[in-house]
Amino acid sequence: MSPKMQIRLAADIGGTFTDIVLETPHGRLTRKVLTTPHAPEEGVMTGIGLILADAGLAFTDVTVFVHGTTLATNAIIERRGALTVLVGTEGFRDVLEIGTESRFNQYDIMIQKPAPLVPRTARFTVPERMDARGRVQRPLDEDALRALAPRLRAAGAEAIAIAFMHAYANPDHERRAGEILAEALPDIPISLSSAVCPEVREYERTSTTVANAYVQPLMAGYLGRLRQALDAQSFHGALYLVTSGGGLTSLETARQFPVRLVESGPAGGAIFAAQCAERLAEDRVLSFDMGGTTAKICLIEQGQPASSRVFEVDRTARFMKGSGLPLRIPVIEMVEIGAGGGSLVHLDAMKRVVVGPESASSVPGPACYGLGGTRPAVTDADVTLGLIQPEAFAGGSMTLQPERAAIALQQAIGTTLGLSPEMAAHAVYEIVCENMASAARVHAAERGAVIGTHTMIAFGGAAPLHAARVAEKLGVRRLVVPSNAGVGSAVGFLAAPVSFEIVRSCPVRLNAGFDTATITALLEDMTETARDMVQDGADAAALTIRRGGFMRYVGQGHEIIVSLPDGPLTPDDLPALRAAFEAEYARQFERVIPNALVEILNWSVCVSTTPAKPEPFAPTPARRGAAPARTRRLFDGARGQFVELAVYDRDDMRPGSLVPGPALIAERETTTYVSARFDAFIDGSGNIVMDMKETAQ
Amino acid sequence: MNARSQIDLQIMWNRLIAVVGEQAQVLIRTAFSPIVRECEDISAGIFDLRGRMIAQAVTGTPGHVNSMAESVGHFLRHFPIETMKDGDAYITNDPWMGTGHLNDFVVTTPAFHRGKLVGLFSCTSHLMDIGGLGCGPEGTDVLMEGLSIPMLKLIDQGRVNETLMAMIRTNTRLPIDTEGDTYSLAACNDVGVRALRAMMDEFAIDTLEPLADFIIERSYNAVVEKIAALPRGTWSYDMTIDGYDTPLTLRARLTIDADGVLVDYDGSDPVVPRGINVPLAYTKAYTVFGLACAIAPDVPNNAGSLAAYRVTAPAGSVLNAPHPAPVSSRHIVGQMLPDMVFGCLRTPLPDRIPAEGTSCLWNITVRGNWAPAGQDTIQAFALAITTNGGTGARPGLDGLSATAFPSGVHGTPIEIAEIQCPLIFWRKEFREGSGGDGETRGGLGQIMEIGSTEQRPFELLAAFDRIKYPPRGAAGGKDGAPGCIRLAGGKELAGKGLQIIPPDETLIIMTPGGGGLGAPEARTEAHRQADRKGGYA
Repeated sequence: MSPKMQIRLAADIGGTFTDIVLETPHGRLTRKVLTTPHAPEEGVMTGIGLILADAGLAFTDVTVFVHGTTLATNAIIERRGALTVLVGTEGFRDVLEIGTESRFNQYDIMIQKPAPLVPRTARFTVPERMDARGRVQRPLDEDALRALAPRLRAAGAEAIAIAFMHAYANPDHERRAGEILAEALPDIPISLSSAVCPEVREYERTSTTVANAYVQPLMAGYLGRLRQALDAQSFHGALYLVTSGGGLTSLETARQFPVRLVESGPAGGAIFAAQCAERLAEDRVLSFDMGGTTAKICLIEQGQPASSRVFEVDRTARFMKGSGLPLRIPVIEMVEIGAGGGSLVHLDAMKRVVVGPESASSVPGPACYGLGGTRPAVTDADVTLGLIQPEAFAGGSMTLQPERAAIALQQAIGTTLGLSPEMAAHAVYEIVCENMASAARVHAAERGAVIGTHTMIAFGGAAPLHAARVAEKLGVRRLVVPSNAGVGSAVGFLAAPVSFEIVRSCPVRLNAGFDTATITALLEDMTETARDMVQDGADAAALTIRRGGFMRYVGQGHEIIVSLPDGPLTPDDLPALRAAFEAEYARQFERVIPNALVEILNWSVCVSTTPAKPEPFAPTPARRGAAPARTRRLFDGARGQFVELAVYDRDDMRPGSLVPGPALIAERETTTYVSARFDAFIDGSGNIVMDMKETAQ
Repeated sequence: MNARSQIDLQIMWNRLIAVVGEQAQVLIRTAFSPIVRECEDISAGIFDLRGRMIAQAVTGTPGHVNSMAESVGHFLRHFPIETMKDGDAYITNDPWMGTGHLNDFVVTTPAFHRGKLVGLFSCTSHLMDIGGLGCGPEGTDVLMEGLSIPMLKLIDQGRVNETLMAMIRTNTRLPIDTEGDTYSLAACNDVGVRALRAMMDEFAIDTLEPLADFIIERSYNAVVEKIAALPRGTWSYDMTIDGYDTPLTLRARLTIDADGVLVDYDGSDPVVPRGINVPLAYTKAYTVFGLACAIAPDVPNNAGSLAAYRVTAPAGSVLNAPHPAPVSSRHIVGQMLPDMVFGCLRTPLPDRIPAEGTSCLWNITVRGNWAPAGQDTIQAFALAITTNGGTGARPGLDGLSATAFPSGVHGTPIEIAEIQCPLIFWRKEFREGSGGDGETRGGLGQIMEIGSTEQRPFELLAAFDRIKYPPRGAAGGKDGAPGCIRLAGGKELAGKGLQIIPPDETLIIMTPGGGGLGAPEARTEAHRQADRKGGYA
């Protein structure tokens, strides 16, 4: 079947809503249905039924179904996973609970660390030991392992994680232990650290392996039921799951490594932005997703969202680094901060305005909802400033009460600081925008990127209200609010390639002793493994193979990823590798280190299908001025007074319509604020594009 | 102050904290010293032209933070502002002007904006080896403890001081790492300068002074307000710890009055002949940290928040050791000082004060020779593996097991340690029953069994405390288990000093448990059961 005939379906199960997107040769349809937490497949199937009916299509017409879910994340956060037992190296029963031996908050003596997914009573050990070079220092005691099996059964084990010391360097003991336990306990799924996360650092590797085991039965059950439900509907197309790394994977791989499905929803948002970037032909993009409780920021360069190897789930102190459970999986790297429409505002001990991370949630919500909330939230500030039209909030489903917002701002901030409610609102608006700009700046700094050269793509309910100000703070000169932003993640899923990434630790120094043949063999082996995972679901589509080395100066602890050349490595490649490393090092850290040796600690291989280039957005016809629908009073904090602002209805806009800033563009779900430093126009595909005015340079 | 500028100042304050956060991240990411990159033993901050710290990265260790705050004043005395040039960087490891021992390099960089000096960035990190006897309490004066770097120019208008670099390389067992770490300190300040300039451009300001005044005043007022809500009075506390070879007694008197809080260590024992003495800056650092935890944990560290606290110790005492006293392992005693503060405050503030904990880091500092993977030559290794005991039981909460307090460092991953040396850990897990009993229980220590994969001895530079004098329980709570260090063959080892671990022997180290809080009878049955089931007690 030619791509033109494809009927593609995507579903994103979120905490509250399940978003469904259907793409047909005739266009795109979207649906939002309530998530059914007891059996999420029901909500998915209901939504699919509705959307197919909308399109006049049947299940049998669907060629591809792409599915993302927060089920794995939620199972961990709510501690609803399987009763998991951990089998470790004798003498290392407490790796999971000793963790990093640190406190995530320096000055708070009352902190509580997150409870490990496997309590001490369910942590067992057996005699065995590999050393750092993968040499057996103590053989695996197979009898002890056999004797352990009935104890695991008696402990009620529903899932088993095996994580031995240095198993990344030599997986033999783990594999053998897995065989023995599988024989004795054939009904209990087993996760090996050398398969789930073959990387050095025992705590992170064990934590990741345990999380995989913990969510495996639940995910296997869900995926099995979904498969059945799809079969019952005679679905014959291809089924893919979205991973946290932003790739697609087969049902089988998802069952094996369910931990890789954590955080697929936000990944979808980043892919959505990456696709927009490609359609806009923008090489450097900053994706900015601001919703009700958090803002997520991600850098996208050359169409690729930034990626990372570590992620923390279930932070007990919200958003505080170190307060969650570490997972070492390929993830799209984004910063998430507690800055959303519902983020609550207060004054701290220094009488500073603090926004978030606490959120008003939907009940009672911000004060202006009139549902009993008395503490001001970001939305209250937006209403007080005049950015949000009270009677048209959330598609007209709710009328906001600005007077309650003003009272809340006055009580929480204005009185103490001697500010009017409007000025207090301005302070909140400025601080929340600064927080987001600051997060973006740190993120860019960590990636060595110059942020002012990026184009911002803003989506999520609260982003269009704040994006222009954040862009001003970052020196970003172009900003795009795409259409269809409300179901961005699900739309993004449809653009993701099928892919699988493997990282293995194998430290090698970049000197004469570098055994290129061994590394070439290692990379080929990894490529084969990844290729198998991908071909499972990718048919014969052409595959892209990206190989990287995690390089550092010998003695350092953080690595920089450098792309490796295609084909076998030879000694001739070494000078170029060092040069590439030093160029990147200097870009990130200002100066290189003379005399220091360079080593490669980890090796990565990512095999993926090559997604079709998305079609560029339609060209924008000649620009022409549009007539504002009305005006509104907006409080201008810089001038300390209200000003009249033109308001345009997005529904009335046509490609080419020009909206000079300052102005508001109102639509059903949200409002876009075009600040005085920007002019906006509607492009050929209905996106709002803002460009910084020449005079504002 | 008008509304606009008030809001701008708040935003710039947030921005400065982000700027120093970025500075710290660069230091951690580029460091060679394993204790920096894996354990984050650093600090980074920005200072105004009067040497006042206005923002400090929320990371690193209290001992560095507050002593670094004072060190910039010393830099300013040696390098007057009018002599500073764009592209300069200054360095010292003077224990009395820096952060308390020679292993800490402090680098200060003037920040120029549009040709004008606007502020100073300073940072410090712990380097693995600076020569001498190595990092341990063995020395009998500071000259034995390694290379001293007086206040010197590290970089002169962009040109690295190669003479100094050669001196540094020549005087350490780890020349490449030490040089690399020196560069990394300078680089992180450069990144800070770059970010500061961007901020000053954005807000169109050409001086930091109004911002510095705002930050310092707001922070000072916040701390003073909190102190005003405390009961007034004077309380005292004594604590005896193992010391080097004879017990060491510390005494504190803490006074809360209208002026703030004063901690006076009068009556503490005099300087000892080995390197566990503490320079005053470091004494202040940890004392103020304890005060901040108890009184104003939510006020960021800067010259303003520190100003309401005063710390004194008699010259010549172990807590105000003069040059040339040996100070290499000053953390052992220094890290006990928050417990001294807590001991004083337990009477007036019983609801927020924990029992005594392990407090000092149990860094396993080792040296020796080995043949690393892929190399046929025998090479030296020197490594400090950070481990911890239990913290004291807290009001309403058990102590934290195997967790650093007051230090803010992370433990060393064993797999990372084993890549860098021939040591092999046969065991590293909770030490059952080591937490002091009480209504809330002390955190557990750890038990470690360490051998070598090579047929060679290795050296242990022991610097452990709370072996003879365990962390004490409070309000009826029991003491935590004392630390222990011995060989598997039975031989007891000294808690401090250089000792050789023979091949084929196994070193056993047990870190202390934290003290309990409140009467054991008051512990709930549910907690008791959980302790029994998990084997915690």
